[in-house]
Amino acid sequence: MEAFGFLLQGLATAMDPMLLLYALLGVTLGTMVGVLPGIGPALTVALLLPVTYGLDPAGSLIMFAGIYYGGMYGGSTTSILLNTPGESASIVTAIEGNKMALAGRGGPALATAAIGSFVAGLLATLALAFIAPSVVKLALIFGPREYFALMMLAFVTVSAAFGDSAMKGLTSLFIGLALALVGIDGLTGQTRLAFGMPQLLDGIEVTTLAVAMFAVGEALFVAARIEGADVKVHAIKGAVRMTATDWSRSWKAWLRGTAIGFPIGAMPAGGADIASFLSYGAEKRLTKYPAEFGHGAIEGVAGPEAANNAAAAGTLVPLLTLGLPTTATAAIMLAGFQQFGLQPGPLLFVTAPTLVWGLIASLLIANVMLLVLNLPLIRIWIKLLMIPRHWLYAGILLFATLGTIGVNPSPVELVQLTIFGLMGYGMRLLNYPIAPVVVGLILGPMAEQQLRRALSIAQGDWTTLVATPLSAGLLAVAALALIVPMLMRARGRGAVLSQVAADED
Amino acid sequence: MNKERRPNGAAFAIALGLAALGALLIWQGLAIPDKGGYAGIGSGAAPKAIGGGLIVLALCHVWTGLRSSSLPHPHQNWAAIGWIVTGLLLQLFLLKPLGFTIASALLFACTARAMGYKKLQIALPVGLVLAFVVYGVFDGLLKLNLPAGFVENLIYRG
Repeated sequence: MEAFGFLLQGLATAMDPMLLLYALLGVTLGTMVGVLPGIGPALTVALLLPVTYGLDPAGSLIMFAGIYYGGMYGGSTTSILLNTPGESASIVTAIEGNKMALAGRGGPALATAAIGSFVAGLLATLALAFIAPSVVKLALIFGPREYFALMMLAFVTVSAAFGDSAMKGLTSLFIGLALALVGIDGLTGQTRLAFGMPQLLDGIEVTTLAVAMFAVGEALFVAARIEGADVKVHAIKGAVRMTATDWSRSWKAWLRGTAIGFPIGAMPAGGADIASFLSYGAEKRLTKYPAEFGHGAIEGVAGPEAANNAAAAGTLVPLLTLGLPTTATAAIMLAGFQQFGLQPGPLLFVTAPTLVWGLIASLLIANVMLLVLNLPLIRIWIKLLMIPRHWLYAGILLFATLGTIGVNPSPVELVQLTIFGLMGYGMRLLNYPIAPVVVGLILGPMAEQQLRRALSIAQGDWTTLVATPLSAGLLAVAALALIVPMLMRARGRGAVLSQVAADED
Repeated sequence: MNKERRPNGAAFAIALGLAALGALLIWQGLAIPDKGGYAGIGSGAAPKAIGGGLIVLALCHVWTGLRSSSLPHPHQNWAAIGWIVTGLLLQLFLLKPLGFTIASALLFACTARAMGYKKLQIALPVGLVLAFVVYGVFDGLLKLNLPAGFVENLIYRG
């Protein structure tokens, strides 16, 4: 029960009034930005990263955790109340939630989403706290080759395993990997691909790339769509609460969603979208009211929403214990850690235990705050959905450039913002996934270093990569995750995979 | 709009871009003197490998481009894109001489214009106020260092 003691210590740390204030600020900002249409969790986190630059590490990371959870909550409100074509195809909550809102049951839909997110967030964060120490112990026996194999697995799951084309996913990934080469090689100090520009020596910033591709790219994409699909907000009639039937139909779905979501997030097996899709499938199969599915079944909101949040907490397991980001959101969070010179991984639990456990504890606190923010105060957030599109995107772009200017006001960064923004637009237009670029950028150099370390240890012998059962097994799983979906697509069974396409996180 | 006569031009264009990027990486990778050391591979290996991957992907694009026909893309509003890019470039060039507030207000107004809001006389003041408040909050409270111009110096530091 050592985890329990650490968690209590963490709670004591997080109860500091100043840190509580940061957490509250984080969840409020996260919900506020997450609610805005067109902004998913990844962009929320990327846009709000600069807000935390001036603070000390503990305050900043705690605020950041609040932003992360708040963004997840806010996103579900948007998908229930808005039917944004082309954007929410992968957000499963919208399938049933929007139907419920249309039928005037938006209140119960929002309530089951908020309470389900709370239940899932609570259970998954506790699971994170109890699993983390064991994974840390496991991670200590990991050598470079195991890390390298894990990273290969993460590359495949984020790029090629889901979505409608492995080629497109891998293209995105390789663009990210290519961009990652710019700058100084961490092992030899050799400058690569900087073309004599000193501003490029530090490489390309993950936040610049993420903000450019998600925010600028999205703004360009929306602006260029001429037939401005007028988005209609559904008014919620009645109170945001659930009847006894709603409760009895929801609670099992929450627990199942959590049980599906957490492991998927915790293993490098894809992001929250995949978890919510699987949960939706499970609920559809297990429901006692199959006729209601497709017409606003409450289980179809409760399950995926819980799965979504459980997976979000799950991705923190590899991120905190191994330093391995498996989604775009996690990649940006890793960049957030690195701004303070903190490298998440097994060592962080030893060198900065107060910080890590304070962070995990403040996730629990943020979760409680979010329940309060999202049930009684939901009507305030809904007002944000009414902001006209032109003010909304004008504001988004202002904030997007603010982050870049605040960190490094060099013209080179702003030119990158424009170029990567145009690239993000083109990729959206042609259906290339964006998350693999971001993950490739941050994981690429890490994978290269681990590979070269492993080879150095083995004096250049490539068979060292498969010399332990663990590394060989991980590489085999990665290969299967690449090949099996390709065969499925070739045999015309790709429809399922493209539905699970991880759009943003 | 001759969709039938263009068998997936996009795929070929992307293939060309990927091949060019791949070639660039391989060229740069080869230019690095390879002192392999114990690992047997040095700093030049990754650029060469990733460049090779990009060229393989370019070939895949050619292959699919030959087999499939172009998907009908919805007509794109290029003027809107022009407005946003103009806004970004205006901000880039005016940031140093005029400061954060004015440069960002211009970006704000251009983006609103791109989204179909034509009243510049309203969008510009709204952008000025918003950017000014944002400057105050981030430069003052959150200790971000934003470039100041005469507006900021006059009011916040005056």
